[in-house]
Amino acid sequence: MGVIDPHSAPAIPPGPEQDAILKAVGDEITNRGFVIAKADKLFNWARSGSLWPMTFGLACCAVEMIHSASSRYDMDRYGMLFRPSPRQSDVMIVAGTLTNKMAPALRRVYDQMPEPRWVLSMGSCANGGGYYHYSYAVVRGCDRIVPVDVYVPGCPPTAEALIYGLLQLQKKIRRTSTIART
Amino acid sequence: MGETDQNGTVVAEAEMPSATAEMLSHVKRLLGGGVSVAHTSDTEIVLRAELSEIVTLLGTLRDDAVAAFAQLTDLTAVDYPDRPCRFEMVYQMLSLKNNLRLRVLVPVGEGQSVPSVVGLFSNANWAEREVWDMFGIFFAGHPDLRRLLTDYGFEGHPLRKDFPLTGHVEVRYDDTLRRVVNEPVSLVQEFRDFDFLSPWEGMQGQIAAGNAGKQGKGE
Repeated sequence: MGVIDPHSAPAIPPGPEQDAILKAVGDEITNRGFVIAKADKLFNWARSGSLWPMTFGLACCAVEMIHSASSRYDMDRYGMLFRPSPRQSDVMIVAGTLTNKMAPALRRVYDQMPEPRWVLSMGSCANGGGYYHYSYAVVRGCDRIVPVDVYVPGCPPTAEALIYGLLQLQKKIRRTSTIART
Repeated sequence: MGETDQNGTVVAEAEMPSATAEMLSHVKRLLGGGVSVAHTSDTEIVLRAELSEIVTLLGTLRDDAVAAFAQLTDLTAVDYPDRPCRFEMVYQMLSLKNNLRLRVLVPVGEGQSVPSVVGLFSNANWAEREVWDMFGIFFAGHPDLRRLLTDYGFEGHPLRKDFPLTGHVEVRYDDTLRRVVNEPVSLVQEFRDFDFLSPWEGMQGQIAAGNAGKQGKGE
């Protein structure tokens, strides 16, 4: 039983084929007691499957973030559990307008996150200053302060759009993350 | 009963003194000559007062048994750069007993300091801090006059009319210094002010030269 590489073979939809594969893997475990997979794939599965966000809800986008975590667009079913502390989180969702006064605090929180860490910029204010782009007190995009992986546009992005952005981040993690130390 | 005019609405024959007008006359008697009426209407009383008497004036309005303007709802300033006295302090008061509001305008010149009303109304504390931060009007007698809204090293008073919208500095993280730094503002695209008469008129001025005839009647 070899490893199925998702890049060379498309995902198999539920049906008799999928059942056959799952049964084969189950038999392997029953017979031998282990299965073999690539370490990178395993770690990426773990990292993307339980992305714990650190909420940085600054303004109105925070409410849409709350919506995405609530019952209709439940984020918990993706394994995303909001952590209040940066030390325990994987991804920082910058939701809302970043003001000049808040910028050092944002950087400090980002520095406290352990590797591997990602940043998702939510809403037009965090993407590029947004509605307050020309204001004297606003940072024109949180990517002036922290490196950003995924930008979610919208004012505010719908909860669905944020979930889409998080799923894109999961795909990015599976694609680019390695076990090599950076 | 009143007469009816052409439209059928009932018009009062003799105008009854409204609560506002009664309060206005009472306030004028109470404060004497130190205050002038800036403006009044059926629902508004607006007074104009002198800088030096603002504390006694607000105190009188608050402590009077009839007027009883016990709450200071608002304390702000306005910048009129054309006037000799550049700023105008605005104090808005509410009488809970009479359900009436009143406004006091006080012209303030640049560099003048205003006596603080924190002793009378403790909610003026942060309001005066905000006015100091945004306009640069100093309040004499304020216990703790420091900035409230702007960034910690911010220079300038943003709500003055000569302060530009985008300000003078902007913020960026510098990797070599390992901290957030302030730098002079450089905008990628300047602030565009579209001056359309109506949204349906379209971009008359910004149409490229070759396409001018395609708008149809838009003049």
